[in-house]
Amino acid sequence: MQKFILSKKNHIALISAILIAIGFTSALGFKNEFVAVLALAIASLLGVAPIAIQAYQALKVKVVSIDVLVTIAVAGAFLIKNYEESAIVTFLFLFGAFLEQRILNKTRSAIKELTEMAPESALKQMPGGEFVEVEVGEVEVGDILLVKTGAKIPVDGTVIAGEGSVNEASITGESLPVAKEKGSHVYAGTILDNGTLQIVADRVGEDTTFGKIMELIEEAQDSKSRAERFIDRFAKYYTPAVLALGIIVWLLSRDLELAITILVLGCPGALVIGIPVSNVAGIGNGARHGVLLKGSEVIDDFNKLDTMVFDKTGTMTAGNPSVAEKEYYGDNIEEALAYLASIERESDHPLAKAVLEEIGEVPYLPVENTEVVKGAGIVATVNGHRIAVGNVALMVREGVRLGERAKADITHFENNGNSLVLTSVDGELKILMGVRDQIRPGVKEDLRRLKRLGVKNLVMLSGDNQGTVDRVGRELGLTEAHGNMLPEDKANYIKKLIEEESQIVAFVGDGVNDSPSLARANIGIAMGGGTDVAIETSDVVLMNSDFSRLPHALGLAKTTARNMKQNIFIAVGVVLILLSGLLFGDWVNMSIGMLVHEASILVVILNGMRLLRFKLR
Amino acid sequence: MMKKATIQLETLTCPSCVQKVEGAIKSLDGVDKESVKVLFNASKAKFEFDDAKLSVEEVEKAITALGYEVKKSQVK
Repeated sequence: MQKFILSKKNHIALISAILIAIGFTSALGFKNEFVAVLALAIASLLGVAPIAIQAYQALKVKVVSIDVLVTIAVAGAFLIKNYEESAIVTFLFLFGAFLEQRILNKTRSAIKELTEMAPESALKQMPGGEFVEVEVGEVEVGDILLVKTGAKIPVDGTVIAGEGSVNEASITGESLPVAKEKGSHVYAGTILDNGTLQIVADRVGEDTTFGKIMELIEEAQDSKSRAERFIDRFAKYYTPAVLALGIIVWLLSRDLELAITILVLGCPGALVIGIPVSNVAGIGNGARHGVLLKGSEVIDDFNKLDTMVFDKTGTMTAGNPSVAEKEYYGDNIEEALAYLASIERESDHPLAKAVLEEIGEVPYLPVENTEVVKGAGIVATVNGHRIAVGNVALMVREGVRLGERAKADITHFENNGNSLVLTSVDGELKILMGVRDQIRPGVKEDLRRLKRLGVKNLVMLSGDNQGTVDRVGRELGLTEAHGNMLPEDKANYIKKLIEEESQIVAFVGDGVNDSPSLARANIGIAMGGGTDVAIETSDVVLMNSDFSRLPHALGLAKTTARNMKQNIFIAVGVVLILLSGLLFGDWVNMSIGMLVHEASILVVILNGMRLLRFKLR
Repeated sequence: MMKKATIQLETLTCPSCVQKVEGAIKSLDGVDKESVKVLFNASKAKFEFDDAKLSVEEVEKAITALGYEVKKSQVK
């Protein structure tokens, strides 16, 4: 019976709305007091039933909930034969709960959409070789699975046959399809856009990257900040206190109407729901945009940020060197490039990779008499020509004459922080390439945005030499840039900022070798393309290692923090206005109190919902 | 033996629902009271319990008796 009534809450709200309408039309329209009283009394009794049941259950587990306040208030209104008030209050309470559930679901939708991306079934290879559809929970590490076009990849695994392109948006936030072939890694929760893959399961269930991210987000949306914990504690005593106040007022004034009005006005609805609603919407927005904010404490700290410290390699720069500048001298450059590529193809030097990437597809020629000159380069014979590839010292050793133009270029390239790769054919300089770890595109603009968002200092720390660090620092317009730093030096630097200058510091790093700094900073921000270390040690994860998400993350945290404050302000403001209305005016009665309360809860939820649409301008 | 359970509830709309569900689970014998966590936004209850004293069905029953629908439960 109790369950039946509770499950029909929405129907009850509808019926009592109709009864209230009948009551008022007969009272005002037909002046039929009897029908009016009857309709309103029935509406009250019907409406209070589910509320009273909830109140009883709450009391059973020793909780004085809002239901308790409302039930007593309605009973009191009934006693003084104010059926109008009791009917309207119960209706508003039920209708409010209905609306709240609806829009709360909207607010939580961003995160729900994500968790619903979890794969549910898999095609698993049976001992006979055929593939059978099984629940994803039955897949174990080492199983061979078939993934068809349009299907979700059920586990983290390695492709063993087939090829296709995969949309990895659920992991990286980036919806451009990624090509997969034999040997590629695939991730649970991503979608095979086209092709067919056979994969072997490496990690399943909660151990997959997707599983870990889901768990984190789920915990993040319910993690509580200091302020929220305070409000929770406050609410625990607040509701009983309102009840006590109502009783005291009644005992002192013998005015039952005043006492029950206080019970209704005292409902703490908007206050307790305001912060969780902002939190879930803010974290949901982040999750949609490739920013994982681990809880409301992080949002709080992030909002007060003074200094942002960056790692250089892999964060500000791409992390792998590439050819930044080049110059050609003389004729037959095509040939010289083919010779250079042929020699570099046989080298495993880090610069060789950058050079090959720059040249692209060229016909390879057989290389003979290869001689590696330590610390200088390579000399070899290709097509009967003597080719030297290396630094200036090698050119000098080979007796290559460097003209005025070449000398000027060399100085210029070196000043720009490049490592040099020179190529000579038969003692004549042909090619000069400058290789360096380049700044990620867009970083400069992103840093400007961070400054605009109120970050006071932008600091870069790097293991590189001071010269390179200074150059990058100048180019990016940083406040400070320090080189020659080991991972522990970076951590100590951050510690100093926090302890001696009492700043709130964020550290942005790639999460691999910067764990000490990530852990030491108030906010550790990992540029991890879903690496486990990054996800676990940091407070904020930028999926897909995308630096451009950083301003969005900060802007979102600031807006979310502001949103929470607005909600507290609305909630407290409403209670204060109602109370002063009750004490100093005569416009406040029980029904208006309930109406304003329910309205304020809706306003607070709708305000939180705005965060879902947040975008940095 | 102590087991870990996660129960997915219907959407929780008021923070006092959280208190109620938490109170109901804590009142059962065999539940590790420290471990009970009811997540408001995720609408989930997480707790540890001794499966010699209590089955997850009994916990579900206690929650349903409060008027909250249990959508799914998982024990590990």
